[in-house]
Amino acid sequence: MALELFLEGDPIADTKAPRDVPIGERWSERKFRGKLVNPANRRKLTIIVVGTGLAGGAAAATLAEAGYHVKSFWFQDSPRRAHSIAAQGGINAAKNYRNDGDSVHRLFYDTVKGGDFRSREDNVHRLAEISTQIIDQCVAQGVPFAREYGGLLDNRSFGGAQVSRTFYARGQTGQQLLIGAYQAFERQVAAGSIETHSRTEMLDLVVVDGKARGIVVRDLVTGEVTTHLADAVVLGTGGYSNVYYLSTNAKGSNTTAIWRAHKRGALFANPCYTQIHPTCIPVSGDYQSKLTLMSESLRNDGRVWVPKERGDSRPAHEIPEDERDYYLERKYPAFGNLVPRDIASRQAKNVCDEGYGVGPGGLGVYLDFTDAIQRLGRKAVEAKYGNLFDMYARITGEDPYESGMRIYPAVHYTMGGLWVDYDLQSTIPGLFVIGEANFSDHGANRLGASALMQGLSDGYFVLPNTITDYLSAGPFEKVPADHPAIVEAEAGVHAQVEKFLSINGTRTVASFHRELGKLVWDYCGMERTAESLRKALDRIPEIRKEFWTDVKVAGTATDFNQNLEHAARVADFIDLAELMCIDALHREESCGGHFRAESQTPEGEALRDDENFAYVAAWGWTPEGEPPILHKEALEYEYVHLAQRSYK
Amino acid sequence: MAVTGIIFVLYLIAHMVGNLKAFAGAETFNNYSEFLRELGEPILPRLTVLTIIRVVLLVAIATHIWAAVSLWRQAKRARPIGYVTKKRVQQSYASRTMRWGGIILFLFIVWHILDLTLGAVNPAGRDSLPYGRLVEGFQNPVVVIWYAVALIVLGFHIRHGVWSATQSLGHSNKRRERALNVFATAFAVVLIGGYLLIPFSVLFGIID
Amino acid sequence: MQLTLRVWRQPSPAVKGKMANYHLTDVSPDMSFLEMLDVLNEQLILSGEDPVAFDHDCREGICGSCGLMINGIAHGPEQTTTCQLHMRSFSDGDTIDIEPWRSGGFPVVKDLVVDRSAFDRIISAGGFISAPTGTAPEAHATPVPKVDADAAFDAATCIGCGACVAACPNGSAMLFTAAKVTHLGLLPQGQPERDSRVVRMVAQQDAEDFGGCTNIGECSAVCPKGISMETISRLNHDLLGALRAGAVPTS
Ligand SMILES: Cc1cc2nc3c(=O)[nH]c(=O)nc-3n(C[C@H](O)[C@H](O)[C@H](O)COP(=O)(O)OP(=O)(O)OC[C@H]3O[C@@H](n4cnc5c(N)ncnc54)[C@H](O)[C@@H]3O)c2cc1C
Ligand code: HEM
Ligand code: HEM
Ligand code: SF4
Ligand code: F3S
Ligand code: FES
Repeated sequence: MALELFLEGDPIADTKAPRDVPIGERWSERKFRGKLVNPANRRKLTIIVVGTGLAGGAAAATLAEAGYHVKSFWFQDSPRRAHSIAAQGGINAAKNYRNDGDSVHRLFYDTVKGGDFRSREDNVHRLAEISTQIIDQCVAQGVPFAREYGGLLDNRSFGGAQVSRTFYARGQTGQQLLIGAYQAFERQVAAGSIETHSRTEMLDLVVVDGKARGIVVRDLVTGEVTTHLADAVVLGTGGYSNVYYLSTNAKGSNTTAIWRAHKRGALFANPCYTQIHPTCIPVSGDYQSKLTLMSESLRNDGRVWVPKERGDSRPAHEIPEDERDYYLERKYPAFGNLVPRDIASRQAKNVCDEGYGVGPGGLGVYLDFTDAIQRLGRKAVEAKYGNLFDMYARITGEDPYESGMRIYPAVHYTMGGLWVDYDLQSTIPGLFVIGEANFSDHGANRLGASALMQGLSDGYFVLPNTITDYLSAGPFEKVPADHPAIVEAEAGVHAQVEKFLSINGTRTVASFHRELGKLVWDYCGMERTAESLRKALDRIPEIRKEFWTDVKVAGTATDFNQNLEHAARVADFIDLAELMCIDALHREESCGGHFRAESQTPEGEALRDDENFAYVAAWGWTPEGEPPILHKEALEYEYVHLAQRSYK
Repeated sequence: MAVTGIIFVLYLIAHMVGNLKAFAGAETFNNYSEFLRELGEPILPRLTVLTIIRVVLLVAIATHIWAAVSLWRQAKRARPIGYVTKKRVQQSYASRTMRWGGIILFLFIVWHILDLTLGAVNPAGRDSLPYGRLVEGFQNPVVVIWYAVALIVLGFHIRHGVWSATQSLGHSNKRRERALNVFATAFAVVLIGGYLLIPFSVLFGIID
Repeated sequence: MQLTLRVWRQPSPAVKGKMANYHLTDVSPDMSFLEMLDVLNEQLILSGEDPVAFDHDCREGICGSCGLMINGIAHGPEQTTTCQLHMRSFSDGDTIDIEPWRSGGFPVVKDLVVDRSAFDRIISAGGFISAPTGTAPEAHATPVPKVDADAAFDAATCIGCGACVAACPNGSAMLFTAAKVTHLGLLPQGQPERDSRVVRMVAQQDAEDFGGCTNIGECSAVCPKGISMETISRLNHDLLGALRAGAVPTS
């Protein structure tokens, strides 16, 4: 490995999980060993929670119920609009309501395996244990999960599991769960326990005496920059898929909060682990601003194909059967159209790269329902997928019953994030990270329906219990408003804003974001090679330089300026992209969502290298121009045996 | 609002039925008018029941107008700046004209009482009998047109009002929604039809 | 496609706004409405003008951020969210008027962006079931009849976009409030707070400078989630029930 790219630092390890007791007892043992804060003292403790998604919203509500003084921050107008709202499919829980052999242990096992053996056993086991409580909690809040005629909860099955353990609320599970958390949150707002800061963006972390003590924020409406202090800071700021510009994430999803915390000393773990979803609506033009997910369930009845002729421009229904290549069925006769996400995605990219793609720019493959419609009848297909077909028709203006769908993979989820220990505490004491923003539970690949589970587990159950151990030492000494750490952080934010407004170059922020996104997608996307990553690493510093000399940001610093918001986020994406590529380059193995073309089985499957890479890569920040520092957390598997995945 | 509206609706039904007695001739009609005044006698003094009806109606109209005015003011406050362009998607003519329609109705009622109850603005004069006033008045096409306009306005007001009242009292639901709307329209048409019969009958000489 | 846009420009709440005209060429029918505005903004930025501010996030029709009055109809000519509206719903040469939601309860922040925090305060007033974390009984302890669960779900799909308020000739937030009252009121878990919830939420709605509902139905007709008028009837039913049961309205 080229030395100039990074330096290796000391290994790190999680010290909080009580590994001296069996795995099933570790969570209760940790709760028992952790120190508590008595109710009277909680009122004197202030906790900042950034983000109101499933993780942040649930955490803020629960901490406020417990009696702490909570300050909540988010960038949308309402806490209900956090990106968790968009999750469709469902949430897993080991309730075993189907009597099909599910158990906490099985959910634990499936999740570790699904993560391609790159997650921490202790965390995953706890997640599986808590999963059942989440369902109870949400039902009590009035989340209208799907039910059967008997009045009991319904379940569906999801990829990567042989049991039916996914709870769902039509195709809007995330929305319903988030609204549940939001209502609990608003109840605490009414009770005066949560102080709210909408349309407020965190732009820096205040670290005093090595402890996270506050955040510097910018009021997005007035442009005012202020500092908020607390005894602990919690980040639940979501994932960073938007580094790719086009992703299924909301437009505002960003890495800024965690990236700035990273710059203050929090290690960033596994940045290169990203998940690509195979069934999204393809790009239709340069103006495209985001990608829309089509539920994976469509692959149950749809057949994927491309024309046998390159560049065949006939409409799908005019291409006769024998001129179609059902390439998944051809290459994977056993699993056919139902191969896992990463394989389906990669194969779609391959056929398109070879010139067989369909639709604008040749970036799409057909997902055809002709057979299903013939077999089941149009009515039945409509009943199953009607809403998805409608959505597709609305977006593309095409009739999917007639011509099938065009689909293409898109970035969907980021498994990487700030490194946290079993208590969800980062390497900066007092800085806790929850939900998609941390790296903790999904290893190199997240199974469907488990991000919602993790967000709520962290927010409702884990963090409120673990944070007490840290807070028991508080309230911490008051930080004066003119503390050098605050002055310096605020000055940094002001300087950045002024810098943006003064460059007055020739290119828009969006054009940089698009260029960066395309670069990362091409070179650090579904398939990575040492060569492609090096190309990206050559280009990113140039993009950074051009950005900081040639960007044109409109408006002023003192009013509602969405262009300025975007500029700050893109600046951080550029830095993050570089670290992602370094991480991807150094990990000379394929695992989960990280597919290094050099490391595959003869069948084209991801080939892990457990001997050399069974670790979490936690990166330390260094100023621009200096190589980042790699800290390894070795992964040990006591309860799950390492095995190679196979789907042939 | 809904409660006062329903009082009006009940009154209107009764009033229409009463009015239709005009077809039975002058005597029946005048007797009916007298009967209204004697209603409840001898247990109650003359005019008691009618007075009660009048009081109830007065209170109802006052409440109704008060509610309408406060809703109106609230709506103004709720949209201090109007749209440059605003289109209707579903609202009906009826639902949109509740306020101005209501005002026309109010003016109509004032006129109507001056006309037929008090005879103040009636060609037959103050001392005539109800039937006489009725016939004299409606022989003038202008009066008929004015009544017709007012009644059509009333029809719209009632059409939306009936539907709205079931919503406001919480008795509508998805299944009933269509039926309720059809009913509201039918009810308004029948009611107004019933009312319109008389002025036109007089005008065309069916009643004289 | 070529388009003329007439867009409401208002630099800040304190400044009076006005409509401004812009011409766009090369609009693709496959663009979403917001992507069309992105294109406009890119042009404005490069020519040194202030881009048009508008709220958006998910661009999937679920977060409820976006919301524009397009040619006088909330969310435009299709019954969906603005982000899910595509330019193929318009024709070459069209003039399109774009305005913010107009309501006393939704003050303009800038251009097309309004402050909808009044909705949060309505929820805060009672739009929840009090179930502190950790106190929940086993999920299967309370079965919910499927019809109730489904009807509750229909109401729960409200995305809080505010189109109902924008479209209502009275500027009423009734549909939004009613959707929440219906969602929670249909579930067994929602019963204990049913009376106080409706009374407090309606009182808060009135306190936020929203208009009263006269059952015009414009709201439901533009609601991207098709929240039905039945929810309003249910709210009224619950409200009358609560008042009869002795709940005291706070306004
Ligand atoms: C289309 C789609 C479908 C999905 N479907 C599923 C599914 O079916 N099942 C499943 O389990 N998972 C699914 N996922 C994944 C899952 O939805 C997310 O991983 C999860 O919701 C993330 O929740 P969160 O609370 O961590 O973050 P988010 O919900 O993204 O919340 C982030 C919060 O942080 C705030 N924030 C961010 N940055 C800042 C800043 N700098 N300053 C201030 N505030 C900030 C935001 O305002 C927001 O409130 C899906 C994801 C997508 C994109
Ligand atoms: C100044 C006069 C009037 C005004 C401004 C007025 C206005 C209104 C308005 C705004 C409504 C709708 C309220 C709602 O839907 O909740 C309404 C309802 C109604 N009005 Fe009137 N009105 C007036 C007079 C009348 C008269 C004279 C009658 C009858 C003869 C009448 C009968 C009704 C009925 C039956 C309803 C339905 C009640 C309901 O919707 O709950 N109104 N009126
Ligand atoms: C063509 C239609 C109508 C006719 C022929 C008619 C006829 C009459 C007559 C003859 C009287 C006097 C009765 C008497 O003094 O004994 C009267 C009274 C009255 N009418 Fe009508 N009417 C009509 C429509 C209406 C309408 C539409 C309304 C209400 C919106 C209305 C409200 C009243 C009221 C309030 C009185 C006074 C009752 C009283 O004495 O207190 N009328 N009408
Ligand atoms: S009721 Fe409909 S229109 Fe109103 S806020 Fe909810 S989703 Fe939007
Ligand atoms: S349009 Fe307005 S009047 Fe009521 S029914 Fe809808 S809120
Ligand atoms: S942007 Fe989320 S609903 Fe339109």
